[in-house]
Amino acid sequence: MSETILEVRDLKKHFPIRRGLLRRVVGQVKAVDGVSFSIRKGETLALVGESGCGKTTAARCILRAYAPTGGSIKFKVEGREVELAGLKRRELRPLRRHIQMVFQDPYSSLNPRMVVGDIIGEPMLINGMSDAVARRRRVEELMELVQLPRAYYNRFPHAFSGGQRQRIGIARALSLNPSLIVADEPVSALDVSVQAQILNLMLDLQDQLGLTYLFVAHDLSVVKHVSDRVAVMYVGRIVELAETEALFERPLHPYTEALLSAAPTPVPGAVSNRIVLEREIADPANPPPGCSFHPRCRYATDVCRQVLPELQEAEPGRLVACHRAKELSLAGVGAAEHVVA
Amino acid sequence: MADPILSVRDLKTQFFGPEGIVRAVDGVDFDVYEGRTLGVVGESGCGKSVTARSVLGIVDRPGRVVGGSIMLRPAGGGPAIDLARLTNEEMRKYRGPEIALVFQEPMASFSQHYTIGNQIGEGIKLHMGLDERAAKKRSIELLDMVGVPQAARRVDDYPFQLSGGLRQRVMIAMALSCDPRVLIADEPTTALDVTTQAQILDLLRSLQQQKGLAIILITHDMGVIAEMAHDVSVMYLGRAVETGTVKEIFEAPRHPYTRALLRSIPTVLAKPRTRLPTIAGSIPHPFDRPKGCSYHPRCAEIIGAVCETAEPPAVDTDDGRQVRCFLHGGMEAAKAGVAA
Repeated sequence: MSETILEVRDLKKHFPIRRGLLRRVVGQVKAVDGVSFSIRKGETLALVGESGCGKTTAARCILRAYAPTGGSIKFKVEGREVELAGLKRRELRPLRRHIQMVFQDPYSSLNPRMVVGDIIGEPMLINGMSDAVARRRRVEELMELVQLPRAYYNRFPHAFSGGQRQRIGIARALSLNPSLIVADEPVSALDVSVQAQILNLMLDLQDQLGLTYLFVAHDLSVVKHVSDRVAVMYVGRIVELAETEALFERPLHPYTEALLSAAPTPVPGAVSNRIVLEREIADPANPPPGCSFHPRCRYATDVCRQVLPELQEAEPGRLVACHRAKELSLAGVGAAEHVVA
Repeated sequence: MADPILSVRDLKTQFFGPEGIVRAVDGVDFDVYEGRTLGVVGESGCGKSVTARSVLGIVDRPGRVVGGSIMLRPAGGGPAIDLARLTNEEMRKYRGPEIALVFQEPMASFSQHYTIGNQIGEGIKLHMGLDERAAKKRSIELLDMVGVPQAARRVDDYPFQLSGGLRQRVMIAMALSCDPRVLIADEPTTALDVTTQAQILDLLRSLQQQKGLAIILITHDMGVIAEMAHDVSVMYLGRAVETGTVKEIFEAPRHPYTRALLRSIPTVLAKPRTRLPTIAGSIPHPFDRPKGCSYHPRCAEIIGAVCETAEPPAVDTDDGRQVRCFLHGGMEAAKAGVAA
């Protein structure tokens, strides 16, 4: 097993709710509330969940776009281990090049006034690569890597389709040879036929360059195609973490089961025994006592309503936060061959 | 099968912009039947939403319907009415009581200044002639029907007080307020989470069973189509390239675009970390619509010297499907066209 490059422990990010004339703090939105996971070199860990589950907030804490409220983020870089959680802006500066981001919306994440070559080369310029010739050579190399014709070097982003723009975003993220790439919903704004191209590109680049991805997404089918391991989040916490195949075939948490069952599959008549969750996602400012999922869980018992379940190892390599994980036998989705007509 | 409630033939909607004419919908045919769902599926720019708006007569300027017919069979019998020929004033009679629309983004489609009861009641008062009190009573019944909890209290809420799923339920209640026979749902679940999406799709299905609604479901999501639709029309750049029953389309797609699209969808059933078959290139900009078959630059099964120049006609195949592709017929017509 390869080495761990990122180790997140008990990460918390609470946003204060302020009210009234004096802006007094009247509550906390616990967007991320005790999240732990690690990422190994060369793997893809997916962080999945529905809106408001805290997946993006967790990713932004790791990028240190947010200062975490608590917990630790240990990042291995150039042979040493750094604690990112407590660092100041200035101290973070030299480390930023090692964690790069691919954004969700390729229309708003590229500067419309810069040509493609400059967009891709900008991180290198900022990080002290002042030799313009070498920079141009590297940009062209990157363009080739993401399959963009070199001839597009001097074009502006508006001339590109969504898929090509996302290629530009990926090339930019790769420019400094980062050890970790955080991709927040990188394909959710794209059309289906283009989505597949970008997913394949991400897989190919990973094989070629040994990249490590933290892949944040809401779409389980996309996640299945790219990730080695999956962490499912619900109301600020990880409820289940497992290898991709195991999680899909045999989920251990009732929420994972419901998510899998709700994912639309392109097979007519496949929905006969769908689990439709009642009610809505709990409010992270005011989560229910006990397990946050209990009001929607069809297996909930008294203990679920009172005691918050810890994320524990259920089997080797599998973590789950459910009181009843051992006794329940939940339905997954099979590893059937992709439906090709 | 009974006669269709709505029958659209050769619908053409164009936008007249300063940079030229965009043929957003360019000859679309479909039929919608009572108690059945027609799924209209396609990627961005294929004209699926403009098709819906054309049927309702709410295409925004500088666009307008320039050709074709939209025949609506009236509830009480009698000759069909061509909605495409009605004035805006005349069309108002049909919008609501006959055909209603559920929009994609519920937050953007409600007024923020009126309570939801007020907004549902507006159509009821206008079309059914009920007074304020009766309209409110009916609003509460409708909210109850679409599964809004504590409807009698919620009726006085403003849209911003509701979650996305509840807002979409309210939107459906509003669409159903005047008992339409045809419901057009334009990406009704795209802005929602999967578990909420499952709730809304269930609701639409059960409402259809109760009321025999004819539904036109517009979406980019093949998974939603597989689950909801009885009939499917696959659109690409303003044309329906293939139309058939849901089983036919998914199990034996004919058009190369349908086939490629189905293969390229990520699914939870796939093996982990598998590369997907892709469609080469990207969707052309509507201003540079390719000559001939507009799919030919991306098509893996292109017939040289034919597809680049001639537009494939809609061909009815022997199993009752309609396909626009020279692989499945229409070659004679193209040759005749070239000769002429």
